[in-house]
Amino acid sequence: MDTLLLSRIQFGANISFHILFPTITIALGWMLLFFKLRFARTGERKWMDAYMFWVKVFALSFAMGVVSGITMSFQFGTNWPGFMEKVGNVAGPLLAYEIMTAFFLEAVFLGIMLFGASRVKSWVHTLATFLVAFGTTMSTFWIIVLNSWMHTPQGYEMIDGVVHASNWFEIIFNPSMPYRFVHMMLASGLTVAFLIAGISALRMLWGDRGEDVKAVLRVGIITGAALIPLQILAGDLHGLNTLENQPAKVAAMEGNWETQGNVPLVLFALPDEDARENRFEVAIPNVASLILTHSLDGEVPGLNDFVGPDGEIMHPPVAPVFWGFRIMVGTGMAMLALSWGGLLLLRKYGASDMPRLPLYVFSAMSFSGWIATLAGWYTTEIGRQPWLVQGVLSTKEAVSDVPVGMVLSTLIGYLIVYGLLILAYIGVITYLARRATRGEVYSNRTYPRRGEAPVASLQPGE
Amino acid sequence: METFGDPAIWLPWAFAALMGLSILIYVVLDGFDLGVGLLVPLADDTQKDRLVASIGPFWDANETWLVLAVGLLLVAFPTAHGEILTSLYLPVFVMLIGLILRGVSFEMRAKAPLTQKKLWNGAFFAGSLMASLSQGFMLGMYVMGLTWTLPHVAFALLTAVFLTVGYSFIGAAWLIWKTEGALQTRAISWAKGGIWGLVMGIAAISLATPFVSTRIFDKWFSWPEALYLSPLPIISGALVVFLWWQLSRMPLKNDGWSWTPFAAATGLFTLAYGGMAYSFYPYVVPEKITIYEAASAPESLFIILLGTLFVLPAILSYTVLSYYIFRGKAAELKYD
Ligand code: HDD
Ligand code: HEM
Ligand code: HEM
Repeated sequence: MDTLLLSRIQFGANISFHILFPTITIALGWMLLFFKLRFARTGERKWMDAYMFWVKVFALSFAMGVVSGITMSFQFGTNWPGFMEKVGNVAGPLLAYEIMTAFFLEAVFLGIMLFGASRVKSWVHTLATFLVAFGTTMSTFWIIVLNSWMHTPQGYEMIDGVVHASNWFEIIFNPSMPYRFVHMMLASGLTVAFLIAGISALRMLWGDRGEDVKAVLRVGIITGAALIPLQILAGDLHGLNTLENQPAKVAAMEGNWETQGNVPLVLFALPDEDARENRFEVAIPNVASLILTHSLDGEVPGLNDFVGPDGEIMHPPVAPVFWGFRIMVGTGMAMLALSWGGLLLLRKYGASDMPRLPLYVFSAMSFSGWIATLAGWYTTEIGRQPWLVQGVLSTKEAVSDVPVGMVLSTLIGYLIVYGLLILAYIGVITYLARRATRGEVYSNRTYPRRGEAPVASLQPGE
Repeated sequence: METFGDPAIWLPWAFAALMGLSILIYVVLDGFDLGVGLLVPLADDTQKDRLVASIGPFWDANETWLVLAVGLLLVAFPTAHGEILTSLYLPVFVMLIGLILRGVSFEMRAKAPLTQKKLWNGAFFAGSLMASLSQGFMLGMYVMGLTWTLPHVAFALLTAVFLTVGYSFIGAAWLIWKTEGALQTRAISWAKGGIWGLVMGIAAISLATPFVSTRIFDKWFSWPEALYLSPLPIISGALVVFLWWQLSRMPLKNDGWSWTPFAAATGLFTLAYGGMAYSFYPYVVPEKITIYEAASAPESLFIILLGTLFVLPAILSYTVLSYYIFRGKAAELKYD
């Protein structure tokens, strides 16, 4: 293994760990705001209970997101010095705006949101909650702008081999940005919808019949059912956009070797890059052409177009892109089935009498959003290889020349810490759920778990 | 852009100043957070909660100054950024793991089952220790010009210890301000025990820097510069004497003065830092790359500066707001 490969794995490991937590906090922030506003509006205690439970998950996820984000900002310098040297004039301002408009906003108001409820007026606290949610959304916006620009760069000129910004409007609103931003926001919404539904289902399986649990289960299912069709639509549009801008990636996603019409949709295959064909292919005729060109005999680019005359391969590694894409779409389809099935069951039985089997399925799917999100990012990022910035900077050129041993040993260090932390994180969330189920106080306002009498200190909307 | 003269001169300068400012703010603010983390093993179980509570609402925002500092290095001085961070690859790694452990245990120790609390308290301490030591080590290596030779590493190990003790000192000073009663009394004794780290650290760096480079030597010890610079060591000395005196008569009847050790410590950090900045200017990689050579294109810097002028005052004001909301003695951390 060389420094390049190890650095890629290390970066991939770090960003994968990082993205897990923003995916949760981006939408959970808005969800908490929703709970809080519902409570202010209705005065029903279940919404405050829901807030109090999920704010803990939020705080924990946020901390994980922050510390892993700090690792990310150093990764550029330690592993990819060529990145900033070549495209720093574009990437720099975008990162700077993320830090200044988003990170400080969320970090400062997080303190007030978490610990300030008894120190400030209720509306100030609601405002702080809003600003935190808004801050996470701004983070997403800026980082997605940068990432999209790396896929579809424009608005720049090359002077002495270095990228100089020439049009910031074009840089920010680059062709893939709207698709990627919408798709990512929806991904976060779905991740949270299935997380809150899944953990609530788990609590119901453990015998918790609290009003808040049922309310959150319902909110989760409805949110999931509402967002998943949008996500499929957004994903489809995103794919069409990629076809236009990064045909090699689409060819790898489809596992299509020759540019041709009437391309089948490959459901299963083992792409073999040496033989340049798919093994054990299972496919539906013409459907890939239909999806990508909206006509049965439309032409789809093939991988063999991206092999230089001297045999140099200029397309991404096929198998990971192919499989990443299928895992994401597969998870999406499972989400579709489950959330709409859940909706029907809700109508038939109501949240209280939900049969056990769907509850099991929901709790099994608690972290399904993570899987789809990671798979989606692997498709995108690996699909961009061998480029780091499409057509501008190759990954090879950007890597640092630190010794292999150093990259390897730190990589192992990160992996161990990350593995343990993910286990601890999931463990603590289930522990919190179990404690809440047992009716132990999970807020210092000791109101009885299933008692109906509202506590005097809880004045709605004050 | 041209109003202030050549943008290729004043923009890098402005960014060096901004970056310097955010490093300084980071060192003071996360310095006390990390210092409190270092003191955790010395406190008993209920006091531990109070220690953590004293930094609870702040640590995240404090750490963001590090993100801003490295962000500015990254965006304003891309070539230097690669050079510095690749040569500090391992200590950066140790620091990041430390910051990860610290930030995560902060949440975990309050949420995980009670049986695990000890473990997370340990991780909280270990994380703070790793971060402090590696920052001190990086400081030492930077002063020595980022070259890995045995004497340089030995010096850096020394500064690692000094900075760590220095952080625990400013952490204790923070606690004197934010706590009361028995815990405050203990914090006073911790501060007395930690002040030497700060003093030795400042002394070591002040003595070493001029001897590493004749350029720096000349900057300090030529006439009349030496005269203009003399307030720096004199005020620092006065602050140390003040701290010694103040700590020896604490706890005071009038707790209104409990903020003074923290303020004096901040003053010391600031002066020492100012001295270093003076020594190294105009270099960003010591004796190798100046801020002017390393800077990004003026157009890009200008775009960032515009934003900064609007955003920085906002950041500063809501930071102040947050310290105001959580003023007074640290109370138990709760979400409602
Ligand atoms: C809950 C998460 C989730 C779900 C259910 C889906 N996706 Fe997705 N997808 C993502 C989460 C995601 C992502 C992680 O957010 C990505 C990576 C980069 C990006 O902007 O979004 C992504 C990227 C991504 C790309 C872009 C690859 C590129 O850069 O060119 C396409 C074409 C799709 N998705 C298509 C789909 C389709 C057709 C889906 C139908 C079920 C789908 N996604 C479900
Ligand atoms: C957050 C979700 C993201 C995930 C999960 C992700 C994942 C990955 C993975 C797996 C790789 C390795 C590719 C390979 O080995 O072939 C990679 C590479 C990379 N990505 Fe991303 N990425 C994400 C977002 C971003 C963003 C937002 C940026 C830029 C700001 C970015 C910049 C890079 C860089 C610099 C590399 C290294 C070079 C390379 O191997 O391609 N990524 N990413
Ligand atoms: C290379 C890419 C990235 C870098 C350098 C990076 C850097 C950071 C840093 C330093 C923080 C901590 C901020 C603080 O101190 O408060 C952070 C947090 C955050 N990041 Fe990233 N990040 C990257 C990728 C992403 C991606 C791809 C997303 C989402 C699409 C994202 C969304 C967020 C959000 C929402 C937060 C707020 C904290 C949280 O919600 O957990 N980041 N990031």
